[in-house]
Amino acid sequence: MFEAAPINLQNEQVQNRFRLMFGGMMVILIIPVVIILATLVIKGWPAISWTFLFTDPTNGMTAGGIFPALFGTIWLVVVSLLASVPLGVAAAVYLSEYAPDNMLTRMINLATINLAGVPSIVHALFGVGAFVIFFRFGTSILAASLTLAIMTLPVIIVSSWESMQAVPRAFREACWNMGATRWQTIRTVVLPNAIPGILTGVILQVSRAAGETAPIMFTGAAMFLPFLPNSVFDQTMALALHLFVVATQVPDIPESLPFGVALVLVGIVLIMNTLAIWFRMRLRGKKKW
Amino acid sequence: MTTSPEFAITTKDMNLWYGTFQALFDINLRIKKGIITSMIGPSGCGKSTFLRSVDRINERLGYVRITGAVDVFNQNIYAPSVELSQLRKQVGMVFQRPNPLPISIRDNVLFGYRIHNDSGRKISKSDEEAVLEDALRQVLLWDQVKDRLDQKASVGLSLEEMQKLCIARLLPVKPSILLMDEPCSALDPKGTAAVEELIWELRGRYSILIVTHNMAQARRASEECIFMLMGKVVEHTSTEDMFVAPAHQETANYIEGRYG
Repeated sequence: MFEAAPINLQNEQVQNRFRLMFGGMMVILIIPVVIILATLVIKGWPAISWTFLFTDPTNGMTAGGIFPALFGTIWLVVVSLLASVPLGVAAAVYLSEYAPDNMLTRMINLATINLAGVPSIVHALFGVGAFVIFFRFGTSILAASLTLAIMTLPVIIVSSWESMQAVPRAFREACWNMGATRWQTIRTVVLPNAIPGILTGVILQVSRAAGETAPIMFTGAAMFLPFLPNSVFDQTMALALHLFVVATQVPDIPESLPFGVALVLVGIVLIMNTLAIWFRMRLRGKKKW
Repeated sequence: MTTSPEFAITTKDMNLWYGTFQALFDINLRIKKGIITSMIGPSGCGKSTFLRSVDRINERLGYVRITGAVDVFNQNIYAPSVELSQLRKQVGMVFQRPNPLPISIRDNVLFGYRIHNDSGRKISKSDEEAVLEDALRQVLLWDQVKDRLDQKASVGLSLEEMQKLCIARLLPVKPSILLMDEPCSALDPKGTAAVEELIWELRGRYSILIVTHNMAQARRASEECIFMLMGKVVEHTSTEDMFVAPAHQETANYIEGRYG
């Protein structure tokens, strides 16, 4: 009486077909990732060495290392974080904890989310108009970093807001009922529990800032500079732009060089993302409310 | 209005609206000081709404409107000069679901004590230890948790222990009124008995107003009882009288379980 009836076999067949379809989709998605990474490693690995990472480019960028670009990327990312993190987290705290839930707040939230989808070239042109020309920063690390900050701000705000909203309301009520002010509630309950989420959002934006070319092209990154920047008012080289230049603008270049630059860039981004995931797992592991 | 200090909470012609929906109608109550008063009634009758307007937590919703007077120890708590933080220090609230903060047991108990410290100097360690032990002893929890005070309060405690902790953290600021919104409904029978025992222990030191769905609990654990129906107070009398000889037909029907 417990043997499979025809209807069971039929159901099983349909179920297998769907499993195959979903599995196939997944494989199709993975293939490009594997191919890209494999090509980068195979073609770029021969170029990687200590001298490649830590010396200047030579012979019209057809030989030598990438140190000024690596160094410049780090500069850009750090300065842009110094601007975007305090601003973004503070704005998110206001939106999540202080702002009344009305039309205006919802409009601002919606606008912020939409801003995250604005193409980076638009941010670049805004950066030229605002920072390079209006604030007279010239093409400099400062102007480029601020442009990157504007580009990353929306996502930092949204992810911080979301991780604060994920803190259960019961905790806030408990605090308020003991007579705590909003700030005391934020400091003792909301922020400590939202920090893993906020950090994840921030680190993901670090890798985005490191990889974008358009926003820095017009605002502060130079194709070739034979010296390192001294202050935030100097121009700098950057990995993303350097990759564009060696891949398309310089003739007679060894094939491994652009692949090497790409590998370093992807490597930096991968390391940062892995750090973000590891960090989040560590903080979440301890948190069970 | 004549109120003598023997009353903890007095209301006069209190009406409350959520937007256009009127939730409370002409509430005139005098809740005695130092005893346990229970509030019973079917879901949606306004018990919790009343409770939440005594520590003014309702206001967070933004669309609540109240007319009439709500006094705590003869002070109008809706007067402009009232500082919410001071009101909530006097009037503590215990929720249906235990909601310890995700910090250590020690920090939970001392949370209110620290934010209400207006002496202008840091509280000494020994002072904190004394307050901590006193509060946890009052809620009969000290022996269970004294060895793990620095453990997170939101993990590793039973619901009953969490609820006791939530009561304990109100005590260091010396409140005069404890409001409890179905404090046992998330607990099993054993936990319920333990928390009821605790509430009975606290009687006399604090004026306690407890909302409950559980009529047996109201009968066991309160001295006076208020029956509410559809936003109105039907009957307010001693618990014994209410359960033995209710004055109104609706009360009798509810107590006998004909609706609710």
